[in-house]
Amino acid sequence: MSNPRPATIVMLNEIAFYLTAALVLIFAIAAMTLPRLVHCAVCAAGAFASLALIYLELDAEFVAFAQLLVYVGAIAILIVFAILLTNLQEADPQVRRASRSWVVGVAVAAILLAALGLPIITTPLLQRAAPAATAAPVRDIGEKLMTTYVLPLEMIGVLLTSALLGAVVIAMREEPEVKTKVTRPTTPALERQEELTPR
Amino acid sequence: MNPQLVHYLVLSAVLFSIGFAGAVTRRNAIVVLIGIELMLNAANLNFIAFWRFGAHPEALTGVMFVLFSIAIAAAEAAVGLALIIAIHRQRHTTQVDQMDSLKG
Repeated sequence: MSNPRPATIVMLNEIAFYLTAALVLIFAIAAMTLPRLVHCAVCAAGAFASLALIYLELDAEFVAFAQLLVYVGAIAILIVFAILLTNLQEADPQVRRASRSWVVGVAVAAILLAALGLPIITTPLLQRAAPAATAAPVRDIGEKLMTTYVLPLEMIGVLLTSALLGAVVIAMREEPEVKTKVTRPTTPALERQEELTPR
Repeated sequence: MNPQLVHYLVLSAVLFSIGFAGAVTRRNAIVVLIGIELMLNAANLNFIAFWRFGAHPEALTGVMFVLFSIAIAAAEAAVGLALIIAIHRQRHTTQVDQMDSLKG
């Protein structure tokens, strides 16, 4: 910081960082370990929302609100809908929720954490103070999007359109196959009824 | 002292590892997808932290990258969940270790 700030504000910044970081990690661990799927989805939404708080602390307001809109508003809701559409009968917590070799997975994750964390902590390259707070005004972001980044923006539009169409096509009911599968269990009962009704 | 770049990078590394552990160990495909989203978020946090502490914050490169990344994550989640729903309709399961028909 170029201008000296009061000690209380610096301390509040630190407290806010540790609070939001703890929130992110607690929500993330809960989302990965809880047995009920709906709880997982809600905790994931909590983790996304607390990450938006961290973006706010990093002076990236536009990204924070985009995160809230897209992740909490759209992706979490999509996940909840997918849970509702698929897991009505598998929702009981008796179903084994981790794979048999989960110890290996957790060990690999711990090795990964060590491999990422040790260099981050020990390197001297990162010991630098933050530059003075530079806001990223929405006006600048909009100008960049319309000038420098206009080609990626258009491609994102194409990608989102095709992904939307693709998701609809994939999730759409395939009439002939599904009809046989869905109606097969009910046909004996129907036939029996048809047999019964004339008599 | 204010939180430094190291704090954010460590938080991002821990978040990535949590998401990775969940994506590798959980059996339900939807939870695997949530883990992948957590990993994506950890990468986004890295971009924002490096943008904020970098030499040229006025270039807005990190912010732009994260905005595009969020858009791509939305597309990925939509297609992934549609795939899970389609598989559930065909195989009546969302457990990833039961989707093994390509296993030799």
